[in-house]
Amino acid sequence: MEPLLVTDTLLDIKDLTVEFPTRRKVFRAVNHASLTVQPGQIHGLVGESGAGKSTIGAAVLGLLERPGHITAGVISFKGDQISGLDDEAMRKLRGRRISMIFQDPLTSLNPLFTVKEQLVETILAHHDISDGEATKRARDLIDRVGIPDPDTRLNQYPHQFSGGMRQRVVIALALCSDPDVIIADEPTTALDVAVQAQILDLIKELARERQVGVILVTHDMGVIAETTDLVTVMYDGEPVESGPTHEIMGNPQHPYTKSLIAAVPRPTLKLHRFPQISYGGRETRFAIEDLARNWPKTDNDMSKPLFQIEGITKRFLLRKGLLPWDREYFTAVDSVSFDIKPGEVFGVVGESGSGKSTVARMIAGLYNVDEGRITFDGQVVSDLSDKAALNAYRQDIQMIFQDPFSSLNPRMRVDDIVAEPIRHHRLLAGDAIDQRVRELLDQVGLGAEAALKFPHEFSGGQRQRISIARALATQPRFLICDEPTSALDVSIQAQILNILKDLQEHLGLTMLFISHDLPVVRQMCDRVAVMKRGKIAEIQTTDDLFANPQTDYARELLELMPRLDDLSTENLEAES
Amino acid sequence: MSDVTEKPASDVAQPSRLAQMWDSDFAYAFRHSPVAIVALLVVLVLFLAALFAPWIAPHNPFDPATLNLMNGFTPPGQPNAFTQDTFLLGTDDQGRDVFSTILYGMRISLFVGISAVLLAMVIGVVLGLVAAYVGGWVETLIMRVADVQLTFPAILVAMLIFGIAKGITPPEYRNQMAIWVLIVAIALSDWVQFARVVRGAALVEKNKEYVQAARLIGRGPLPIMFRHILPNVLSPVLVISTISLALAIIAEATLSFLGVGAPPTQPSLGTLIRIGQGFLFSGEWWILFFPAITLLALALSVNLLGDWLRDALNPKLR
Repeated sequence: MEPLLVTDTLLDIKDLTVEFPTRRKVFRAVNHASLTVQPGQIHGLVGESGAGKSTIGAAVLGLLERPGHITAGVISFKGDQISGLDDEAMRKLRGRRISMIFQDPLTSLNPLFTVKEQLVETILAHHDISDGEATKRARDLIDRVGIPDPDTRLNQYPHQFSGGMRQRVVIALALCSDPDVIIADEPTTALDVAVQAQILDLIKELARERQVGVILVTHDMGVIAETTDLVTVMYDGEPVESGPTHEIMGNPQHPYTKSLIAAVPRPTLKLHRFPQISYGGRETRFAIEDLARNWPKTDNDMSKPLFQIEGITKRFLLRKGLLPWDREYFTAVDSVSFDIKPGEVFGVVGESGSGKSTVARMIAGLYNVDEGRITFDGQVVSDLSDKAALNAYRQDIQMIFQDPFSSLNPRMRVDDIVAEPIRHHRLLAGDAIDQRVRELLDQVGLGAEAALKFPHEFSGGQRQRISIARALATQPRFLICDEPTSALDVSIQAQILNILKDLQEHLGLTMLFISHDLPVVRQMCDRVAVMKRGKIAEIQTTDDLFANPQTDYARELLELMPRLDDLSTENLEAES
Repeated sequence: MSDVTEKPASDVAQPSRLAQMWDSDFAYAFRHSPVAIVALLVVLVLFLAALFAPWIAPHNPFDPATLNLMNGFTPPGQPNAFTQDTFLLGTDDQGRDVFSTILYGMRISLFVGISAVLLAMVIGVVLGLVAAYVGGWVETLIMRVADVQLTFPAILVAMLIFGIAKGITPPEYRNQMAIWVLIVAIALSDWVQFARVVRGAALVEKNKEYVQAARLIGRGPLPIMFRHILPNVLSPVLVISTISLALAIIAEATLSFLGVGAPPTQPSLGTLIRIGQGFLFSGEWWILFFPAITLLALALSVNLLGDWLRDALNPKLR
């Protein structure tokens, strides 16, 4: 890439290579990466987990975890080389000239001190001024990062702030020393969409206003497109493409960048399937035809809903008490009602804590229903006590969980995991079980040899395929997907979403799709319920919701969603 | 890297299971810890010596026919003034070979220790799992009982059980019963450790999604507890049982030393120490010294092994 008009480069990373020697081999986390940051500029580093983007940030700050070290390349700050400085010299730079915003605002503030104490301490560490002066500066900073009522808030403890407000405090803390460079490592990943947009705007404003150079590390293409001026795309430790953000987003050259951009769910365009641009030998195979051949044909009676959810309510005990009136409850789900038609994908969206996962677990029978009724296929299934009916219901519904690292028992072999539902429901016996398990694993694209391995030998996307194989083992009619892709990288997400679309289309599966990610919902769902604080705000068909939201809350959610208009639409094929 | 397809397993020569184990991080950590290697060697030598005592020991200390009272108080390594017999570690007042009594004594000590830990483990793991999974008043009850149990010193609990058992068994069975009472007594004072650790670990596992997945399939509480949760809480159990083994061996020795443990006809290391301490100040130091040093070596090396296991199995310290 041609250097931009260089005035005074703040940070110049040339040919950086970082290696982690391990017992078996040397792991090269960053491979000849070069990038520059100018004052007032935001340079995005984007890539999947393990691409080495956070390692670059750590290398700049001299915070590489042992035994990792820089084996080649030079990092310069305002023209002076800072790579290879000793700890003492690094400490003078770190937090003073170069500061950092971490991912989790919960752990980056000390819970035992007030916000004022933490800010004043940091300011005094960097500036030779009086306590009163420092307090005034702290107040101004709190005001500047957009925390309302700064005089009161200043004397509060971190736990009295919400997640977004806490991240604002962290940003104020990073600004205490008037740094020249800020490294923000996934600063909004732990936050809700609504808050994310505000925090990104704040970072953008501050960079311009104070002429601070920012390195923004993220896995989220939306964040990159909305916030950054320059972007470097990382793959396997290597920068594959670098340049002005709108150019890279609109006209990617490298096949990896193309595959990454094509996999981003668009809010404006419903795709038939995500394009499968294979890069780096990733598996994309999913044998839906094989699966469909042996699938029992269900006649979906379109006149009647498959599920009728009527006024379900769930309360959780907040405070225990011997007497009923001493107990305090938190109403997680408050008289929620909706129908799910056979063969449709019904989405539930909402922010964290809105009760959407609780609804899914009530339908799955994992939580009992405090009030209301759930009817499945004409039969009431909430509080089923008849064993045979309960077993039949359980065979018909299955669930795909959010976290593929906790949803598979680490001590069970993959074939036992997939066979468990078959054995429990006595669907097959003897060798037939083994054969079915191998078929299923083959069909989800893992190959029959996966049967003899343990879950830890697989990556997140592969584990989610194992989860899908387990869910399909009883040949259910209904699938509950609880944020099935929120823990996955975007290209893996595209594969899993394609699989789910295949299942719905070819097997006639009905789905309940829980997500906080509106573009994903747009791709997957026929109808959507928007939940807010345990209640349903509105239910609409997806197209209508995105075109014409009825409630203020839904409108607000949609406005905060990244538009992604800049992203290249090459290879995308809209659903007819 | 995530999701990069690896070569199919069939293309790569699969190393044998033993080679895989040798190459594992666990074995690597072991090979690089001299303390662990020495401790394991000592434990192995002592275990094997105890196991094969009848073949290794030069005398059978429980067969009066082989004893010669004239051999009493022979110092270690020196010939006896009357019979000219030499004993590696000397003899006691009855002319019993100290080396042989130690080998046989260690058998009793290890048998009692291992059995007690196994029993404590079974009780503790089951109660801990049930407490964590069922919750509510069941959990409160189990953990309160455990708390109360902890307020008594282990020795006191063991002595109480020992006393009760002695009262209800007829005198002619007392000597046979003694060992079993000892095992139960030590186990009952030790299960709390297991229950607490298992409950803590199981509470974490219980909330993981794989447990929910199993419930969704329709698995009952027992299969979920024992098939799903139990295998995932076993590594802390392994660590505790090793450390408990050292404690149980010491507890057995203490009880036997106090005279409420193994009877003189089946002396354990503790009984030997009790017998030996009577001669300590009359010059026959070896009768006490060698059993005591064996007990120390056994307990210390088992303990060191347990400490190393705890560190090796704790991902946070790696």
